[in-house]
Amino acid sequence: MIQFKNVSKSYQNRLALNHISLTVESGTTTVLIGSSGCGKSTLLRAVTGLVNPDSGEIFLNEVRLTSQTLPELRSKIGYVIQEGGLFPHLTAEKNLQLMPKLLGWNMRKIRERINELAELTALPIETMQSYPSELSGGQRQRVSLMRALMLDPQILLLDEPLGALDPIIRRELQEDLREIFRRLKKTVLLVTHDLGEAGFFGDRIVLMKNGTLVQQGSLSDLVQRPADAFVTEFVNAQRSPLEELVR
Amino acid sequence: MKKIFSSLCIVSLSLACLPAGMALDWMNLAPAFAADTSNETIRVGSKKFTESVILGEIVRQLLQSSNEPGQRHPVLHRAELGGTRILWSALQSGDLDLYPEYTGTLTEELLPKGVANSEDAIRSALKAQSIGMTRSLGFNNTYAVGMKKSLAKRLSIRTLTDLKTHPELKLGLSSEFKQRPDGWPAVQKRYALPQRNIKALDHEVAYRALESDEIDLVDLYSTDAEIDYYQLLVLEDDLKVFPRYESVLIYRLDLLQRAPEVGAFLTKLEGSISETEMISLNADAKIRHIPEAKVAQDFLNAHFGIQRTQATESVAFQILERLREHLGLVLKSMFFSILVALPLGIWASRRPWSGQVILTTVGIIQTIPALALLVMLIRPLKALGFQGIGDTPAVVALFLYSLLPMVRNTHSGLSGISQQIRESAEVLGMKSFARLRLIELPLASSFILAGIKTAVVINIGFATLGALVGAGGFGQPILTGIRLDDHSLILQGAVPAALLALAAQGFFEVLERWIVPRGLKLKSRA
Repeated sequence: MIQFKNVSKSYQNRLALNHISLTVESGTTTVLIGSSGCGKSTLLRAVTGLVNPDSGEIFLNEVRLTSQTLPELRSKIGYVIQEGGLFPHLTAEKNLQLMPKLLGWNMRKIRERINELAELTALPIETMQSYPSELSGGQRQRVSLMRALMLDPQILLLDEPLGALDPIIRRELQEDLREIFRRLKKTVLLVTHDLGEAGFFGDRIVLMKNGTLVQQGSLSDLVQRPADAFVTEFVNAQRSPLEELVR
Repeated sequence: MKKIFSSLCIVSLSLACLPAGMALDWMNLAPAFAADTSNETIRVGSKKFTESVILGEIVRQLLQSSNEPGQRHPVLHRAELGGTRILWSALQSGDLDLYPEYTGTLTEELLPKGVANSEDAIRSALKAQSIGMTRSLGFNNTYAVGMKKSLAKRLSIRTLTDLKTHPELKLGLSSEFKQRPDGWPAVQKRYALPQRNIKALDHEVAYRALESDEIDLVDLYSTDAEIDYYQLLVLEDDLKVFPRYESVLIYRLDLLQRAPEVGAFLTKLEGSISETEMISLNADAKIRHIPEAKVAQDFLNAHFGIQRTQATESVAFQILERLREHLGLVLKSMFFSILVALPLGIWASRRPWSGQVILTTVGIIQTIPALALLVMLIRPLKALGFQGIGDTPAVVALFLYSLLPMVRNTHSGLSGISQQIRESAEVLGMKSFARLRLIELPLASSFILAGIKTAVVINIGFATLGALVGAGGFGQPILTGIRLDDHSLILQGAVPAALLALAAQGFFEVLERWIVPRGLKLKSRA
C-alpha cells in the first residue's frame, strides 16, 4: 500500500505538488494522468526518494519514507522509466544480476529468477546475452520490467513505461503488462498521459492539474461524470479521429 | 564489471611495471638522507652553455684525480642545469657543492643590491651566506654585443654608441640578457639606443639566425668560440656599461670541512686559464666537436700533468641509459598523477562548486612555465627533505602538468552520464560506491582513458625538460645537441622521445579495446 498524506513540493516558487493525499491499495493499479507539468511524475518520483517533498508524509506498507528508511524501502520497490534506464555497458543479464549480486545471492538462485521472469515477460532467454543497444524498444522495456521485478518488490512504479514505443508493440506490451500486474498482485502506480492506456490499466485513474488531484475514479466516471470543465476538456482532447469516424 | 574498475587502477600499475627489469629507483623519491651522506659525494654543477660545462668537467676530473686513498670522494657533475637561478638555489640548499660562476652575475643578479664588483666585497657578501669563492680563474667573460664584421664595416659601426644612428637593426638576444638589469636594459638606457625590433632567442640559435641575416646584432660572451668562427666584431663598450665577469668557482663553505683537500685543488685552478685559452677550449668543444670531458682532460694534462682516460660509452648504451631515465620520469610521475587525478576528477564531478575550484587550479598549474616551476620547486622540496635538483623536481613538475587532462576528462566523463542512468542506479538501491564502481566509472572509462593517454603523451614530451634540472632523459642529448649545434645529438634525443610517445599511444589503443565495455561501442538498433 502507498499512502500520500498532505504532500507538497515546490520548485523555485512553482508548486509542483499541492497538499496531495492519496492511497493506493495493495494489489491494485492506480494510474496518474494529466498534462505535462501537472505533477504526476513528481508524485511518482517522491515514492522513489528521487524527489524529496517539502512537507507531508509518504508511507509504503505502513512504513514512513525517511532518509533512514529509504535504503530498506528501495529494495521493496521496482521502478521502470520511459527509456528503460538500462545500463548500456552491461548485457541484459548483467543488468539483471547487478542487485542480486550486491545482495549476495548465489548464481543458481539468480539464474532461476532470470528464467522465471523471462518466461513471465515473454522474452527468449537468448536475448539475455544482448546489450541494450542490440535490443528493440519493446525488448528493452521487458528487460527493464524484469530488472524491476528481480527482488520481487511489492510495489511497482512505472513512469511512462510505454511512451517511446510504436503503437503495435505498445498494444502488445500493454496486454502483457496488465496480465503480469494481475497475476503477481503487485501494488502498481503508473504514470501516463494517454487516457486510453490509463483506462486499460487502471483500477482507478487519478487526474492531476497544477499539482492537485482533480478527479479520481474509473474511466467511465471521468467520461460520464466529470468533476469540472477541465476534466471534460481533457477527455475530449483525447478522443481520436478514429473514434469520431466510428461514431 | 570488476575487471573494468580494477582495470583503471591497472593502467597505472601496468605503466609502472611496463619495462621488465627496469629497476625503478624509488629511493630517489624517498626523502633523501642528503645531509648525512652528502659528504661522500661532491656535487659539481654547470650551466647549460659550453664554457660552464667545460669548467665543470675540469673541476670534476681535477677533484677525482686525488691519489691519496681515503681522500678520494666520488664526484658527480650535474651538467647543463637550466639556468643561473637553479644552480644558485641548489648551491644554497645543498644539492650542489660548487659550480663555476661569474663575478658580474653575482653582484648584478644573485647577491643583494649594492655589493661592489670587487673580489673582496663579493667574497664577504657570499660568506654571510656560507658560500666561498675562489680568486679569478684567469679570464673575464663579460657580456658584449656583436655583429658581422662585413655589416659593421658597411655601416661604419665600431662602438655601441655608433648603434644610435641605426634604429633599423634587428636584435636577437638571449632572454636572460634581454631581461637582466645589467644586460640589454642597461645598454639601451645608457646609450639611449632606438632599436625596437628585439627577439628573445636561445644563445646558440641566435648565432645561426645571425649567419642567415635574420638578425643583425647578438649578445655575446667575450670568450665565445663563435666570435672568430663567424667573423664577428665585438662592439666596444665605450661608456663602460658592462661590469666585469671574472670567472670564479663558488662553493659551500662546509665543503672544505667535509673534504679538506678540495681547497688546494681549487687554489690550483686560480689564474690558470687565460681569455685566449678559454676561447680555444670553447672552440674545441663547439667548433671541433670534441667532447667536453676530453677537452677538460687535455687541459688538465697540459697544465698539471694529470692523465686520466675517460671511459666513453657507446651510442646504444647512451640511448638505453637515456631511455631508462626518461621512462623513470614518466612512469613515476604518471603513477602518482593517476592516483591523485582520478579521485580529484570524481570529487569535481560530484561537487559542482569545489569542482570548479579544482578544475581552475589544475588549469592554472598548466600555465606555469616549466623552467619557472622547476626553480620554484627547489626550495619547497628541500624543505620537505627531498632533493631540489635531479629527478625529484622533474617528477613533481611532470606530476603537476599531467593532472589537467586526467582531472578534466574524468570530470567530463562522469558529468556526461545521463540523469536517467544515474537515477536508475540509485532507485535500484545501489550504494554510492557501488554506483561509482559498477556504473559510472565503466561508462566514463573511454573518457578517463583518453585523459590518461593525453597526459602520458604530453608527459613524454615534457620529460625532455627534466634535463634542465639534471634529471637526464632524452632531453639531455637534445640540450647538448642544441648547445653544440650537433644535429645528430639532437636527433638522438628527439627521435626516441617521439617513438616513445607513439608507443605509448599504441599501448593505450590496445588498452582501450580491452577496458572500454563492448556495450558502449555498439551502434544502437534504434
